[in-house]
Amino acid sequence: MPIGDVLPEISLTLGAVAIVLFASFVRQRQHHWAAVLALLAIGLGAGLTVAQWGGTPRLTFSGVWALDGVALASKLVVLIAGALVVAMSPEWMRTDRRHGEYYALVLFALLGVIMMASASDTMELVLGVLLSSVASYPLAAYHRGWAPALEAGMKYFLIGALTNTLLTIGVVVLFGLTGSTGYPDIAQALATDSDRLALTIATACVVLGLTFKLAAFPAHAWMPDVAQGSPVPAAAFLTVIPKIGAAVALARFVSLLPPDVAWRAIVASISVATMTLGNVAALRQTDVRRLLGWSSVSQSGYALMAIVVLGVSDQALPALVFFLASYAIANLAAFAVVTHLRGRTALDDYRGLARHAPIAATILIVSLLSLVGIPPLVGFFGKLMLFRVTLEGGYAWLALVAVINTVVSLFYYLRIVAPMMFGSRQSAVHLLSGQWARSAMAVAGLLLIVGGLGAEALSLFTGSIRFAL
Amino acid sequence: MILTAALGLPMLGALALAVSSRWTETTARRCAIAVSVLPVLLLIWAWRQFDPQGALFQFVEEVPWVPSLGMGYRLGVDGIALAVATMSALVFSASIAYPVDTKHQPRQYYAWMLFLQSVSLGVFLALDLLLFYVFFDLSLVGMFFLIGRWGHGQAQLAAFKFFLYTFCGSLLLLLAIIGLYQSVEPHTFDMRVLIEQQPLAGAGMTAALVFLALMLGFAIKTPMVPVHTWLPQAHVDAPGPVSAILAGVLLKMGTYGIIRIPFAMMAETFSRHALVIALFAVASILYGAFVALGQRNLKRRIAYTSINHMGYTVLGIAVAGALIQDTGYARELALVGATVEMVAHGLITGALFLICGSFWQRTEEYDLDSYGGLLRQAPWLTAFAVLASFASLGLPGLAGFVAEFHIFAGTFGVYPWLAVIGVLGILVTAALFLQMLQKVFFGAMPERWAQFEDLRPIEWGVLAVLSAGFVIIGVAPAFLLTLVEASAALLVGGR
Repeated sequence: MPIGDVLPEISLTLGAVAIVLFASFVRQRQHHWAAVLALLAIGLGAGLTVAQWGGTPRLTFSGVWALDGVALASKLVVLIAGALVVAMSPEWMRTDRRHGEYYALVLFALLGVIMMASASDTMELVLGVLLSSVASYPLAAYHRGWAPALEAGMKYFLIGALTNTLLTIGVVVLFGLTGSTGYPDIAQALATDSDRLALTIATACVVLGLTFKLAAFPAHAWMPDVAQGSPVPAAAFLTVIPKIGAAVALARFVSLLPPDVAWRAIVASISVATMTLGNVAALRQTDVRRLLGWSSVSQSGYALMAIVVLGVSDQALPALVFFLASYAIANLAAFAVVTHLRGRTALDDYRGLARHAPIAATILIVSLLSLVGIPPLVGFFGKLMLFRVTLEGGYAWLALVAVINTVVSLFYYLRIVAPMMFGSRQSAVHLLSGQWARSAMAVAGLLLIVGGLGAEALSLFTGSIRFAL
Repeated sequence: MILTAALGLPMLGALALAVSSRWTETTARRCAIAVSVLPVLLLIWAWRQFDPQGALFQFVEEVPWVPSLGMGYRLGVDGIALAVATMSALVFSASIAYPVDTKHQPRQYYAWMLFLQSVSLGVFLALDLLLFYVFFDLSLVGMFFLIGRWGHGQAQLAAFKFFLYTFCGSLLLLLAIIGLYQSVEPHTFDMRVLIEQQPLAGAGMTAALVFLALMLGFAIKTPMVPVHTWLPQAHVDAPGPVSAILAGVLLKMGTYGIIRIPFAMMAETFSRHALVIALFAVASILYGAFVALGQRNLKRRIAYTSINHMGYTVLGIAVAGALIQDTGYARELALVGATVEMVAHGLITGALFLICGSFWQRTEEYDLDSYGGLLRQAPWLTAFAVLASFASLGLPGLAGFVAEFHIFAGTFGVYPWLAVIGVLGILVTAALFLQMLQKVFFGAMPERWAQFEDLRPIEWGVLAVLSAGFVIIGVAPAFLLTLVEASAALLVGGR
């Protein structure tokens, strides 16, 4: 068994186990040390991933596990994002009796997402989706005494149960059709003649199953509730990290399909529906966290643009990973600010923030501008890459729809920015005390600008990645 | 390094102001004025060094930024860019020095102004398409905060509308820029390469779409009728100096962009659509003039004259790009006229909006009918307002005339009938400025303005500098014309 190929994943698993043990024997006051353990495990995992970098793209474990540039790059992005989430948590979770276990759940969820990104086998994919889901449900509802958190968790769970079932049905039909679960075999079997109706059903089911993790239409409805009701660090996690794995998994899956299955049209219409719906719903929100939730629905729609032109434009995969990375940084920065502000959620609470908490306000504004795609922030380069591959792939109309949506999105992002800058407030601003959330916020804010100015490094890092298959 | 210093120093100044929490209003103001003058001096120095017989782009600086995308930090100027950039730097210095109510946030106000100066100069100095876009977008952000925070009336709504509307244009621009980028091999954003290669010549539908997106983006920024509707409210609710920048500098980004990108990089496509653009320009000229005539709000009236004047500029560019046989000289004249109009309009309208700012500081009133007879009360104000108005309506001996003469002389050589219609605009402009002067400064003075204060030394000092600018261009335009003609000849004839 080529155990060496999954050392990063093993380090996460062992880290999670260590945290569970640690948390059961240590007083609650000391539980923030579990965050340090989690960071160590993530750091180790990231280091081991970097060590794997540069090898030839290949499949391992009899072809079920991909070790290619896409998997490694998305793994790194997921791990860095996970580290930021862990760093913004200790002060938020301090009063929770189950503080320590939280980090174990985060690590398990990270592991699930990494499995989704690396899976080169439908069973493996189901396993990744399920692992990430079961670890995420409790994260969403971690404050079990608080009704909105429970509601968010319930909604997340119900939609998840439905779509995970669909995913499994799709995988089963595909198995019945091709007689195998490994991607190389499936691709081979599909290349020759097969039942197109069954294949369409299987494709539809798998795509629908993945839209849940992507928070894309039609399985997006959990996103705003989770963004609003879950603990803010968990919301930061759930609005960002599962998407990365799901988008890569979707890209990997559709690249197997023969050209006569109209998957481009399907993904393109999901993309349009997702970005438009997310934007339109965000327009009238007066709740900042809910608004961020809807905005992250719409951002999933953008990511799908890169999948639409997969195989037509040779830069589609780099653009996808680049966009996901830039989106992750910006969204995490925004949620880090919300964490630092003790999770305040009403738009009115943000009035006049620029004067009372200038650094937090600046970071929030910069992250929102990055989500819109204002240069030279990192989000601009993400959008630039997306527009570029979409135009190159001959989907100019899709790029135009995305442009219109971007203008609409500017409207609601400005609805947060304007009161922060122009409004005035009487009451004092209450911040989370301690250095964890503050540092996470500062690091994320810095990454937004550094990532933009150093876009070359990011693009070199993603520039040559491709699938092993 | 001259160009980097010209746009880098204000940026550093802005950063210093943003982080220095202890500076008083006076210190912040003095520091901002001092920093804002530096780019003017640097650009004047560059002007003196500029060789009209030399290459199209001079003072080129190049540092790779995202080489894998073909993007770099590339700066450089031709005569057109240098003239517009110098004018912009001057308008910024004047606006920063002009007194305004900073609403207890002087540091932030001056920091945003310097930031905006830096990125605006960046737009005119960039030789890289993507860098151009970066500065273009950042100017929107700066202007959004300036209008929203320091404006009056429905300032936030105006700022919103401004940002949304112009951002829409800038995104279309981005798509077009990517289209241009994809069309050269190897892919690059280098403007010099694109101008030389004319990549989309004969590309049919693609070229037409890219061209349409570019023109729409710039038409919104310029603004041309019918996509001008963001302009009046942004102007009316912005503080005086910010309006001066909006009209004097930001609108030029649209026309300058037309010259730099669709005109220079897609000459063939441009010539095919030149007549349509000219028709829209004439529509803007007439519409801007007539609607301005109908306004009773001082600032709104001047705002609409901007639409009219930018119409002249676009007419000049359209004529220059028409590529009709044996009209080379006329087309060059038109392009020179368009550039001079940009410079002249920047200085003149800058001065007019600063004067509006003085009115707001004293009375918080823009209604023309509520004024009258201010000539005796405020002779200095009257003098500068009359001078700027005459310059704006195109009186010979002032900068506006030089520009309009060139444009219409050029247009006569290419589209004579359009020139005849367009000249009507000048007539209406004359009427509307004379009526405005008469309403505000002559006749009987209402009681309530008995305490109206004349211009303070700093105010008339600033206005004197701007007025000197458009008087000198009007009387002795040679220094500007030599600079512009050299580049215009290369752009029009060298193709």
